[in-house]
Amino acid sequence: MNTPNTLTVKNLKTHFFTKAGVVKAVDDVSFSVKPGEILGLVGESGSGKTVTGFSLIGLVDEPGRVIGGSILLNGDDLARKNEKQWRELRGKKIAMIFQDPMMTLNPVLRIDTQMIEAIQAHEDISKQAARQRCREALVRVGIASPDERLASYPHQFSGGMRQRVAIAIALLHEPDLIIADEPTTALDVTIQAQILYEVRKLCSETGMSLIWITHDLAVISGLADRIAVMYAGRIVEQGSIDEVLDTPLHPYTKGLIESVPSRNKRGAKLYQIPGMTPSLLNLPAGCAFSSRCSAKQSDCLVATPEITQLGEERQVRCFHPVKQEEMA
Amino acid sequence: MSVFVLRRLMQSGIVMIAMSVIVFFGVNVVGDPIDMLVAPDADQAEIERVIRDFGLDKPVWQQYTVFVSNAFKGDLGTSFIFGESALKLIVERMPATLELAFMALLMAIVIGIPLGLYAGLRPNAISSRLIMSGSILGFSLPTFWVGIMMIMLFAVMLDWVPATGRGDTISVLGMQVSFLTADGFSHIVLPALNLALLKISLVIRLTRAGVREVMHMDFIKFARAKGLSSSRIVMVHLFKNIMIPVVTVLGLEFGSLIAFSVVTETIFAWPGMGKLLIDAIQQLDRPIIVAYLMIIVVLFVVINLIVDILYSILDPRVRLQDAAN
Repeated sequence: MNTPNTLTVKNLKTHFFTKAGVVKAVDDVSFSVKPGEILGLVGESGSGKTVTGFSLIGLVDEPGRVIGGSILLNGDDLARKNEKQWRELRGKKIAMIFQDPMMTLNPVLRIDTQMIEAIQAHEDISKQAARQRCREALVRVGIASPDERLASYPHQFSGGMRQRVAIAIALLHEPDLIIADEPTTALDVTIQAQILYEVRKLCSETGMSLIWITHDLAVISGLADRIAVMYAGRIVEQGSIDEVLDTPLHPYTKGLIESVPSRNKRGAKLYQIPGMTPSLLNLPAGCAFSSRCSAKQSDCLVATPEITQLGEERQVRCFHPVKQEEMA
Repeated sequence: MSVFVLRRLMQSGIVMIAMSVIVFFGVNVVGDPIDMLVAPDADQAEIERVIRDFGLDKPVWQQYTVFVSNAFKGDLGTSFIFGESALKLIVERMPATLELAFMALLMAIVIGIPLGLYAGLRPNAISSRLIMSGSILGFSLPTFWVGIMMIMLFAVMLDWVPATGRGDTISVLGMQVSFLTADGFSHIVLPALNLALLKISLVIRLTRAGVREVMHMDFIKFARAKGLSSSRIVMVHLFKNIMIPVVTVLGLEFGSLIAFSVVTETIFAWPGMGKLLIDAIQQLDRPIIVAYLMIIVVLFVVINLIVDILYSILDPRVRLQDAAN
């Protein structure tokens, strides 16, 4: 329990300064990841989970900016890095895997070009040596006949293969942290299962930390060690995967879990959380979830709930957490 | 690839047959060249002799079959005015036009692409907005007017470069070119820039649009996430993607540079094919008009073929489709 964290994020704030106003896409987010640990970052579209991921690798696009908080990677504060220092970190210490594998590889460059440049961006190494590293990286993610594959263009690969290549690229420098932004969402279920298996294996083998961003609780439940649930730019609940999924405390987490289709509830109407994510431009006063919450009370409309720490890892941001007997 | 080229050549043959029919019959319904060719006081016998000499006494379809059978022998007719082979007359003037067109193309690339890149990468800078407004002017101002204004400014008022003609030429691979001599270069700069103006604007806008589109693609962000330097991202990842539309359009436009250098050649008295065509139209010199248009068709076909081949080199996805066919 006392191993130092790979990543400690404290009070991270990423805001977008648009003409219509300030969008607080990430507002006061804190979490940490230990070596070899997989953190699931869960939330609906627009909850700020992707922006959180981009903030951690310094790729927030204009008009967005990280305006507060600290991002400690092995004790080194990334929030204070300039662009040059960021470039040296990206791909080397922190890598990212994107959602749509059809779009992450440049269509007009061969795989070997795209892999070798990733190595040469950080190391002074000959093309031959770099190519050998690429070959090994491809084998590691389960791609057969790597030599042939290296000479191919992305369009000659299937979606699953492309995502494997993207993972192989992320692994090239054995980074301390990989941020995976819904990497299996665009793939079919069988490929998804293979990739999940490979990723978990790689994490335990190399001791890398992984942040897996997704909206799919089913994926997270089989993969992550810990989970953080995001809503409207804030983390509303986090804890170990078993605790959170078995005994959710925040009404939103509970709603998310209940809206996962299950074979045991065949024929019954699938639960939906009423309403939709509020616009981040004008969040209602008080708790951002209050307009959709079945357990809301008058105090929810007045003040924003602070984080309640329950145990070492468990925390929730709610005035009226779900009582356990309600979860039948 | 060879199947592809062969198929394209067959298609081109059909295009040329269709074009020859349209041009030949089209030219034959406009005006009567005899009026231009004989002296006003010539008698009827003299006129009939001239008509016979030029083969104009035969029905049009017979004239056409004679034209086609001669064309296969490499004879596109004899100029009414010069009494020389039309093909020879055009080919003699072709280097001047090709040189002008290439120079204009080069200017479009060398000036247009960097400006477009700049405007695309810094869309909000004032300098970028100036470039974009300038490109609108390049599009909308008529070529002949800009040409005249350029002559007035650079040749007459500032006296930097001469206004007309080709200047000194030297022979390179049997072609007379002017851009390699100092005097010739000073002659070609102005007409080439005039001809290129529209294409520069086109390239700027195309490049900028490409940059704006590609920069927001996931693969650019992924390249940044790999820790690549921004120069590598722009010069390799971005550049190769935006070159696809630019090469396509420029290739097609190159044909029009040659074909429509007519205006520029007339203004700057550049002794090229375009000037020859204008004179031929005024004097109803049918063989020259027909031969010129046939040559332009061949040029277009060849250029399009080259563009297609270039395109497949740039875009690997095109190559695969080709193999699948």
